[in-house]
Amino acid sequence: MSREDYEIVIGLEVHAELSTKTKIFCSCPTEFGAEPNTHTCPVCMAMPGALPVLNEKVVEYAVKAGLATDCTIAKESKNDRKNYFYPDLPKSYQISQFDKPLCAHGKVEIEEDGNVKTIGITRIHIEEDAGKLNHNEFGSGSLVDLNRAGVPLIEIVSEPDMRSSRDAENYLRKIKSILEYIEVSDCKMQEGSLRADVNVSVRKKGAREFGTRTEMKNMNSFRSIVRAIDYEADRQIDILEEGGKIDQETLRWDDVSGRTFSMRDKEDAQDYRYFPEPDLVAIRLSDEYIENIRKNLPELPESRKKRYLEEYKLTEKESKMLTSSKYMSNIFEEALKICGNAKAVANWLLSDVSRILNEKELEPDQIPFTAQDLAKMIILIEKGTISSAIGKKVLEELFENPKDPEKIIEEKGWIQISDEGAIKEVVMKILDNNPQSIADFKAGKDRALGFLVGQAMKETKGKANPKMLNEMFLEELNK
Amino acid sequence: MDPHKNLNILCEEGKQMDITKLTVHELQEKLKAKELTITEITKAYADNIEKYEKDVQAFITPLGNEAVKKAEEIQEKVENGEINTPLAGIPIGIKDNICTKGVRTTCASKMLENFISPYNATVVEKLEEQNLINLGKLNMDEFAMGASTEYSYFQKTRNPWNLNTVPGGSSGGSAAAVASNMVPWALGSDTGGSIRQPASFCGIVGLKPTYGLVSRYGLVAFASSLDQIGPITKDVEDAAILLNIITGHDERDTTSVNKEKVDYTKALKNDVKGLKIGIPKQYFGEGINPEVKEKLEEAIEKYKELGATVEECSLDIADYALATYYIIACAEASSNLGRFDGIRYGYRTENFSNLKDIYRNSRSEGFGSEVKRRIILGTYVLSSGYYDAYYKKAQQVRTLVKREFDKAFDKYDVLLTPTSPSVAFEIGTRSNNPLEMYLADICTVSVNIAGLPGISVPCGVDSKGMPIGMQLIGNRFSEETLINAAYTYEQEVKFREKYSPEFKKF
Repeated sequence: MSREDYEIVIGLEVHAELSTKTKIFCSCPTEFGAEPNTHTCPVCMAMPGALPVLNEKVVEYAVKAGLATDCTIAKESKNDRKNYFYPDLPKSYQISQFDKPLCAHGKVEIEEDGNVKTIGITRIHIEEDAGKLNHNEFGSGSLVDLNRAGVPLIEIVSEPDMRSSRDAENYLRKIKSILEYIEVSDCKMQEGSLRADVNVSVRKKGAREFGTRTEMKNMNSFRSIVRAIDYEADRQIDILEEGGKIDQETLRWDDVSGRTFSMRDKEDAQDYRYFPEPDLVAIRLSDEYIENIRKNLPELPESRKKRYLEEYKLTEKESKMLTSSKYMSNIFEEALKICGNAKAVANWLLSDVSRILNEKELEPDQIPFTAQDLAKMIILIEKGTISSAIGKKVLEELFENPKDPEKIIEEKGWIQISDEGAIKEVVMKILDNNPQSIADFKAGKDRALGFLVGQAMKETKGKANPKMLNEMFLEELNK
Repeated sequence: MDPHKNLNILCEEGKQMDITKLTVHELQEKLKAKELTITEITKAYADNIEKYEKDVQAFITPLGNEAVKKAEEIQEKVENGEINTPLAGIPIGIKDNICTKGVRTTCASKMLENFISPYNATVVEKLEEQNLINLGKLNMDEFAMGASTEYSYFQKTRNPWNLNTVPGGSSGGSAAAVASNMVPWALGSDTGGSIRQPASFCGIVGLKPTYGLVSRYGLVAFASSLDQIGPITKDVEDAAILLNIITGHDERDTTSVNKEKVDYTKALKNDVKGLKIGIPKQYFGEGINPEVKEKLEEAIEKYKELGATVEECSLDIADYALATYYIIACAEASSNLGRFDGIRYGYRTENFSNLKDIYRNSRSEGFGSEVKRRIILGTYVLSSGYYDAYYKKAQQVRTLVKREFDKAFDKYDVLLTPTSPSVAFEIGTRSNNPLEMYLADICTVSVNIAGLPGISVPCGVDSKGMPIGMQLIGNRFSEETLINAAYTYEQEVKFREKYSPEFKKF
């Protein structure tokens, strides 16, 4: 049998840090990047006698996420303790939700080459993040930083509805975009505020039973997830093809070697001893509360996409691509407000900006310049101050060293040559050096004009006003 | 010069009066009448600590000297008019599982031998708002697990009525300190009887409030759904006064109820006419010491004389309460005590080469055997495969216990039982037999399981002169009824006038 005879089954558990100002059970700030252990208090450091108090915003944000993914919201839910020892877990239990999650039975739709597929959401529950261990920063041993301990998380558990690494990527992008739109998480994967546990199994096509699954924990880049799924599926298929058996286990994906490694041996199988958290009362939500959140949900990607089609007359593809990321879409809308040219903004974002993001392996939320910078650059092109060719260079510069585009072109001397005398000088020089092209043009080969303009641009390092060049060449050639 | 001389003041009748024998409300009157000063009071207690502590060993961290200094400060502020809280300058003892900023909170464990909390428990803040003075941190069973205070890492506290016997537990230090007049009153905590049972053994009053009435913030958790802080006092009026101070909703404890504040001293009506008292027969059956039973029957007669209606009733589920209690309490404890892992604070083993060793050895060396026993039991009942048979079943029984009490309170205002089936037992006789030790809680645990208030009041002594306690149980938030019922009885029998501990050594 071959690889094509197998079907890959993937389920994702996505952890998203909620962007509440304070932690889930105390009033410490959630802000990323502070000095170790400065965003802590007796509660999140688990001092004896300290008690948790549930942050109501966390419930609100989780309900938002549930509503945005078509979940049923539980009117009565509770917190549970998940017990295990680890130095980043100060209470030695994580307050999570076990058998009564806040949201359940939802779904999202993903699209690939025009085919729409529904991915089920099993549940969304709230829980607290653990702290961080900084290994070997000061010689041997590890240092515990509890700033992140108690940062609120939602865990979104999908049904095993994905069948390829592309599906998984599309699903994760969809979840990310929804969470960004409803503004409950900043979803910064590089800061760990969005990460996923990936469950993979394989089975013969047509089989009814699922195969034994393995789990890869804490994946935080799309690229790694895709690679890891592909690697893991191949590994499992190879084992089955050789007549072997898959062990249900937790694996660690190593990005450098491109392989998965076993993390724990089976005798260490954890028993989390879940039980209801006695320090917290049940979470009871009224219908009005839930309806109120539903009414005030912000615009979701689907409806924004529709608006782009209708209001800005963008194509289906453009609208979809722009709205797939809230950051991208927000830059689009802001830049549009300033420069008024929807098509131009869309083009720049979807071609050059996206290309550079890709090359640099960055996500839209990592775009270092502002929408205003982009709009200004577009205006400069429209005014003829710079050419589109220079525009591309300005954009590169905006990624490297973001500042006002006017300053960039001034400092770099990239202002377009629109002086008639200067242009004429270049035109004459190019014509002198290319008698053959003149002859070609006169013989009816229009292409020769393009060649000459190209030479002139080269000569001026792209700074010459292309429109003026064109006109002047024509004038001279037709003399 | 006799250092105690200035403490013995002439009272009106010309008899010598020992300040430390007074209740807090009596002290308050003397202060008001300017017959005593704040400093004199605290000094008298500090001197008593000097005098009795070597025999009783109630304190883990006595703060006599600090308290006297504080008393002088408060005295001055009161004189300047800077402070005018009615209880300003009254000293108090605090059980050592209640967090006090700047003074170590050990839970009587090697694990926390040198632990100083960075914050004050809510109840401690409330004491400070009233300008009460911390006279010291009191001994207890390690992490409040025990019924005799013998499981303290530091020392075994003695019962001042007979120094060979235990003071009860786990708030044994608090009860012994109050009974031996080393503190005028104290805070204890009660998870399965830890306030009421030692109060009973020591011949004083112990009140376990309704779950949720007093904030648990800063009480080192043993079993979160059962723990409650409460007063241990010389009489019922003092219990009402201390309850006034410590109750109230706390935003830091979501299990504390948001309820209008009540002045419990207004409940001291000295009248039980028409009060309906139920006597659950299960508490008077097998296993109860005959002398205890006799005194309880006398108390029942007394209530009848006072005009209450008394009727025997049945709490069928009571037989299962003890097993239910130990499953729930140990399950919660096994999780609550996980934070003592040797990583951030508390005891850390010196003997480790990897992370597992730190956990295993710190906890093996830092916890005593009773704590380990309960952690193991609790871990077991929560394990997958056993959860349903133990923890889940226990929660179901808990619901039934609540219902049965609800039914009883449809008919009765209070229920009357012994606080403990026996009087204080001799040191060492039960500490190696955990099951027998657990039986000391049999009359008190169901009150915690149902979240009810309970009070223990002395109702006599046995033939050897050891105090016997009567427990009154009320419906949720019926502390006023309970306090009045206990007070009316107390005013009638005048136990404190008849009996006092003699620090007997055998």
